[in-house]
Amino acid sequence: MNKTWNNKAWFMVLPVLLLVAFSAVIPLMTVVNYSVQDTFGNNQFFWNGVGWFSDVLASDRFWQALGRNLLFSGIILTIEIPLGILIALNMPKKGLGVPFCLVLMALPLLIPWNVVGTIWQVFGRVDIGLLGRTLDALGISYNYVNNVFDAWMTLIVMDVWHWTSLVVLLCYAGLVSIPEAYYQAAKIDGASRWAVFRYIQLPKMKRVLLIAFLLRFMDSFMIYTEPFVITGGGPGNSTTFLSIDLVKMAIGQFDLGPAAAMSIIYFLIILLLSWIFYTVMTSSDEQA
Amino acid sequence: MARITLDHIRHAYGEKPKSEADYSLKEVHHEWNDGGAYALLGPSGCGKTTLLNIISGLLQPSEGRILFDGKDVTYLSTQQRNIAQVFQFPVIYDTMTVYDNLAFPLRNRGVAEPEVDRRVREILEMIDLSSWAKKTARGLTADQKQKISLGRGLVRNDVNAILFDEPLTVIDPHMKWVLRSQLKKLHRQFGFTMVYVTHDQTEALTFADKVVVMYDGQIVQIGTPAELFEKPSHTFVGYFIGSPGMNVLPAAIDGSSIKVGEQTLDLGYKPTVAVGAKTELGIRPEFITLSRDGMPVSINKVEDIGRQKIVRAEFAGKPIAIVVPEDGEIPADPRVTFDPTAINIYADSWRVGREG
Repeated sequence: MNKTWNNKAWFMVLPVLLLVAFSAVIPLMTVVNYSVQDTFGNNQFFWNGVGWFSDVLASDRFWQALGRNLLFSGIILTIEIPLGILIALNMPKKGLGVPFCLVLMALPLLIPWNVVGTIWQVFGRVDIGLLGRTLDALGISYNYVNNVFDAWMTLIVMDVWHWTSLVVLLCYAGLVSIPEAYYQAAKIDGASRWAVFRYIQLPKMKRVLLIAFLLRFMDSFMIYTEPFVITGGGPGNSTTFLSIDLVKMAIGQFDLGPAAAMSIIYFLIILLLSWIFYTVMTSSDEQA
Repeated sequence: MARITLDHIRHAYGEKPKSEADYSLKEVHHEWNDGGAYALLGPSGCGKTTLLNIISGLLQPSEGRILFDGKDVTYLSTQQRNIAQVFQFPVIYDTMTVYDNLAFPLRNRGVAEPEVDRRVREILEMIDLSSWAKKTARGLTADQKQKISLGRGLVRNDVNAILFDEPLTVIDPHMKWVLRSQLKKLHRQFGFTMVYVTHDQTEALTFADKVVVMYDGQIVQIGTPAELFEKPSHTFVGYFIGSPGMNVLPAAIDGSSIKVGEQTLDLGYKPTVAVGAKTELGIRPEFITLSRDGMPVSINKVEDIGRQKIVRAEFAGKPIAIVVPEDGEIPADPRVTFDPTAINIYADSWRVGREG
């Protein structure tokens, strides 16, 4: 087949290019701009080189926040991915149950982040919250305001409640695309339930799982709104993630330089980790 | 290996079938002999695959029983029935190597590894993929994948039957021929009961000792290729088997003479025809002679297909096909004669026998 080359087609891309430039590239460059300069006010800036970057990288505060981020993402991925697969495997494939389950699964995804935060903030309160009061009545000591473990548990359970659906829906889409003949062949071949999962369902879900994994990793690594609403980064600094720390630094203390440097490091970490995950998870494809 | 009995099987896909039309499989009552090679032939949507899936246990029939060697297996699972089945489109486990794909059905049944290795190598040799054994199955072409599916069906040597559901659809013509002869060879060697579904009559006629022709959810004829050709028991079989198919002409029957249009033929026997039945005469294009004597026809078109010519003509106001040898002449004032022994009479589409 001959491809037709027409350079006028580039004009079609122009509107998107402009949009992306104004919404992403230019703001990002502003951040880059701040990260290498210092100011004492009056809109006068002078060159600071990599000073802010080395400051950020040398601070315990940064490494501790990064550690919390990694721990949080690690925990929620370990829970949400297997749980999502398990739920997707058990969802009905046909009949009236399908729309019912799909809507049920989609509901948490439709709720805005800050509302989710508020729901759980109220839900977990020891004085009026259903969860808090119930646990209290059962004699379990629970208080996310002053107990580090309880604060983390609340955030994790909330994230699982909010986002497992996404994994479920993606896996479900992968599962329903498997032709019936595969299951029939597996029956003929005498495959066990586990073998069907291992050799048919899991390979067919691989691509959507990769997407689910990356989306959940990036999203959880950037988590801000919910801990901000529920714990405000506390108790102490125990739930102060990079994003919360960043906002404290940029808006609270108005340290634009260090905050900008931290933003860029933060961005690069997400980019790097996503790239590593993607490369590792798709590498087996290329061997074929 | 087993004799498979289908005892008054009916199947409807929907819940609570109300009328005969709701059944995709109308009453099938048939026995597949142990070690027979059968072809299940019929147009798409006639219930071939449904019947196959009922035998293998992938589908539960709405009514009726299935017996293997006289033992009721209707409610046994596919695995318990120990049946191999090859599907129309390739099913491969694409994270496994070609070797592991073939070993899968054996390993699932706990066959010892040396035996697995022996069987798999034999099959690899047969499907000509030995050099691919260690590669993952993902990068293969469609026909290589189908060969693996086929191989997985053949790798177990203790199966009750092997069912093929149009397995060679995606294979190129030459390979088709090679694989088909290998299947025949395997059949002779091990004597598996084989049921081969196809809508390709050449495939059916070359593969099977007995061909089962299905039409509209029922078996219309079971016979050897010769029987299907000479004595089609339903006008559909006449039309479906043979190329071109049998000529079917409306005919009025009076005793032993039949009237087609203005022409009257003498059968030499009295067919048993119920009063009021729609009667037709069937004659294969191969048994019509085109010459200067006989009944008049008008020729519309002559198709030269190499070894012979097919003449499309009009006889008594109806289109007919006539097969003429390559060197046969086509007269200017064409007339036809029908070989009386090759005439079949149909009442309401079913072939009728002779009376006394």
